[in-house]
Amino acid sequence: MSELRFEDVTVRFGHRRHALTAVDRVDLTVPDGSVVGLVGESGSGKSTLARTAVGLNRVSGGRVLLDGRPLRPVRGGERRPLQLVFQDPYSSLDPRMTVGSTVAEAVPRGVRGVSRRGEVARLLELVDLPADLVDRYPAELSGGQRQRVALARALAGRPEVLIADEITSALDVSIQGTVLNLVSDLHRRLNLSMLFISHNLAVVRYVSDYIAVMYLGRIVEFGATDELLADPQHPYTRELLAAAPQPGAAALGPEEEDAAPRAVSDAEPADPHRPPTGCRFHPRCPVGPLVLADREVCRTDEPAAALHRHGAACHFAAPAARPQPVA
Amino acid sequence: MAAAPRGSAWRAVLRTPLGATAGALLLAVLVLAVAAPLLWSGRAGALDTAHILQGPSAAHWVGTDNLGRDIFYRVLVATRLSVELALGATAIGVVTGLLLGTAPVLFGARVGRLVGAAVNIAVAFPGLLLALFFAVIFGVGRTGALLAIGLAVAPGFARLTQTLTARVSGLDFVAAARIAGVGRPRLLVRHVLPNIGEPLVVNATIAAGNSLLAFAGLSFLGLGVQAPDYDWGRLLGEGLNSIYIHPTAALAPGVAVIVAGLAFNLLGESIAKAIGPGAGRPAGRPPRAAAAPGTATVADDATLLAVESLRVSFPGPVTPVRGVSFTMRHGEGVGIVGESGSGKSLTALALAQLVQEPGVVHAERLEFLGTDLTAGTGRAQRRLLGTSLAVVFQDPMTSFNPTMRVGRQLAEVAREHQGMGRRQSLARAVDRLRAVRVPAARRRAGQFPHEFSGGMRQRAMIGMGLMGTPALIIADEPTTALDVTVQRQVLRLLADIRAADQVALLLISHDITVVRQVCDRVLVMYAGRIVEELSTDDLQAGARHPYTRALLAAVPDMATDRDRPLAVIPGRPPDPARPAPGCAFAPRCRFADEQCTHAEPPLALDSAGRLVACWHTDRVAADPADERAGSDQRAASDERRAAAGRPAADEQEVSVGELP
Repeated sequence: MSELRFEDVTVRFGHRRHALTAVDRVDLTVPDGSVVGLVGESGSGKSTLARTAVGLNRVSGGRVLLDGRPLRPVRGGERRPLQLVFQDPYSSLDPRMTVGSTVAEAVPRGVRGVSRRGEVARLLELVDLPADLVDRYPAELSGGQRQRVALARALAGRPEVLIADEITSALDVSIQGTVLNLVSDLHRRLNLSMLFISHNLAVVRYVSDYIAVMYLGRIVEFGATDELLADPQHPYTRELLAAAPQPGAAALGPEEEDAAPRAVSDAEPADPHRPPTGCRFHPRCPVGPLVLADREVCRTDEPAAALHRHGAACHFAAPAARPQPVA
Repeated sequence: MAAAPRGSAWRAVLRTPLGATAGALLLAVLVLAVAAPLLWSGRAGALDTAHILQGPSAAHWVGTDNLGRDIFYRVLVATRLSVELALGATAIGVVTGLLLGTAPVLFGARVGRLVGAAVNIAVAFPGLLLALFFAVIFGVGRTGALLAIGLAVAPGFARLTQTLTARVSGLDFVAAARIAGVGRPRLLVRHVLPNIGEPLVVNATIAAGNSLLAFAGLSFLGLGVQAPDYDWGRLLGEGLNSIYIHPTAALAPGVAVIVAGLAFNLLGESIAKAIGPGAGRPAGRPPRAAAAPGTATVADDATLLAVESLRVSFPGPVTPVRGVSFTMRHGEGVGIVGESGSGKSLTALALAQLVQEPGVVHAERLEFLGTDLTAGTGRAQRRLLGTSLAVVFQDPMTSFNPTMRVGRQLAEVAREHQGMGRRQSLARAVDRLRAVRVPAARRRAGQFPHEFSGGMRQRAMIGMGLMGTPALIIADEPTTALDVTVQRQVLRLLADIRAADQVALLLISHDITVVRQVCDRVLVMYAGRIVEELSTDDLQAGARHPYTRALLAAVPDMATDRDRPLAVIPGRPPDPARPAPGCAFAPRCRFADEQCTHAEPPLALDSAGRLVACWHTDRVAADPADERAGSDQRAASDERRAAAGRPAADEQEVSVGELP
């Protein structure tokens, strides 16, 4: 059993007037052995959520639970059940340390000497890297190889849950595929639970069992991948879907075909320092108050997620077929 | 490049003339410091009351002091004490500075903030004042001066360490180590210090030079070394008393101070130069551009841009762009697709005449609007490029001047190239911002770039390009740094501009799906050459080059089968510094055979009338095109790698999973 659960998690930076609420009362569960994809634009709080889970940020409210128990800081000698792989393989590896020592450093202290070296070799093999890379420095590796080393380092702690924060977005498309294949392979072989963060819906769709959509610090929709993509409830999810690469899609269609009318399509992303009142998406919403005059409720009231299908935070989403379990 | 050749970086310091001189000088000073007291302390201390305060003579090269002691030998012997004290003070300063500067890593943020505040106050004090202050506290004498100068060095060093540490601590690898449970002391020793070591060494070396001078100063003032000991400062002080009688007595220790101080400082400077940014660039002349294969381009009235055999090379020699030829017509949308390192961005820069030294651009023909751009960058060319060509870069934050209002920056273009007045150009800027659909254009024109979001900044950048009447917009990864929804808005904007004003668009991207959305024609680049040219409509079904096909298959879309592995392109792109004969894609291609590894296929029309650089277009076309069947593809490429006799580990991106 290894289930990662965010319970009403809030992360705030700064003080009083300059405070920024990066993550706002997020409930999210990564069920045992499954992959949850987290999509959203930059500034939506995806990475903050990830860094909070592994203890790099302090929680301002709520709890992060692993198998129902709150996470506590780990010491050198223990297994570390929750691991994070970073976006940029160029800054996540110490340029002054060899691949071997980078991975070895993350091996829990119980393993020593010869077996430690064996463990490093096993980890490198696990991520499809040749064993002779042990003595190389990161500068000698390609982006894809570096990301594999970062994965090996994360796996060294024998994690039960792995958080992958935009791990392919710094890579070339031809290499992205190999890393994605590796991720799904590892998920299957090691029975890892994973939180897979990306801004690319097509990539998230490929690896995830569930998808959570994040906007301005909130989860605005959550559902099983096929279900959510077939029947998106939140207008932001629909916008993301419209922007995702379709098979064989050709030129941009004429303006009228676009989901978003001009009134909102050129709107700027909201300022997280001053989130909009009511529904946070309303200034950009193609079916919101700027387009449909009778929807003033979006400006004034926060939508209740639990009432809607996929827990969609939208007043006009379809109602939940049955009482929605907390996402 | 950072870690493995570290030893050689230090050796490189000594290979520069400045570094070699400074090193030799410092070595001489150090040898003297060790040897002089052993050899000459007797002669330096010998009293000769018969020759007091004499000028230079054969017996005493720079004269004698008021007790008749030989000043030359006294200066030599004083080297040890002077250098010792300087190094001692530096050591005190460096250690104290390091402890204070790394406090945030060792003791957490709260202690770090307190220490930081204290350091900031200490830094504000002038060093010499601090030294005098400490000299009063610790008493006049050698120890007092040592502590005083040492502690005066410390705040500056602490501040430097603090800044560097803060930078490194923010990097992901430190966060990764923390997640891995690495303790704070180990974090400092393993991850932080090695990555900030070089600037610290530079500064410590320079600090040593400075404390040497400071010591000389204090001793000169009588606050440092006390009789009967003597260092250079003290000798200088004694010599000064009789400077009108014989000036050499003061000059000799003065020269010694200068030489030793210079040795330290110059060495520090040359280390800084050797390890600093831009260091280690190999010198050498770029190769003569050879005639490269390429398609002949026929110009007619509709031709906007004609490029023939464009090459960009750097000293090394490295040639990342090896003979690119294409033409663009007025109002046409052309995309260049390729992986990083394929030379696509350099091609764009070369067209805009923006390749920087030491890069060299060579083209047999480079014509824009009928003007030959190979002739050089005279006033006429600059004017043409300034008004008719717009360039949009990937990162709009770095392409704007952060200290200037956006409107002013746009207006500057019109004033520079169109000779507009201040008011008129500003009005035009607002109008152009409106044209790229920046909401509240008038207000936004008065804002600074950092007040714009990424998408808005990119719009403003495009607006800047529209200040003139461009015939061509070159956009280099204009949407890569943007969110998907914003990306769509910017692409639509580019498409709209193209349609409205008959502006041609050259869009460079690694993402074939982006190019597909706004272009008529796609040029696929690999290893510095165009390997296929095809219309956007043909992309899905008509691609003939194995690389184009693989690229298309490798990108997951919303219909990709989730239960099958994604298609991958095994191996990695060739290193432009080590070009191999034959087709550059051959080591990664499942169709490659002997011919491919020996001769490079030209970009030529194939039997179906398509421009492809491949020997086997017929076989590729006949292939069932099931690119997603990864396994046989991989096996085939591995076989070939073995056949080509290349070391697998070197070439492979992915390895264990792919080995047969």
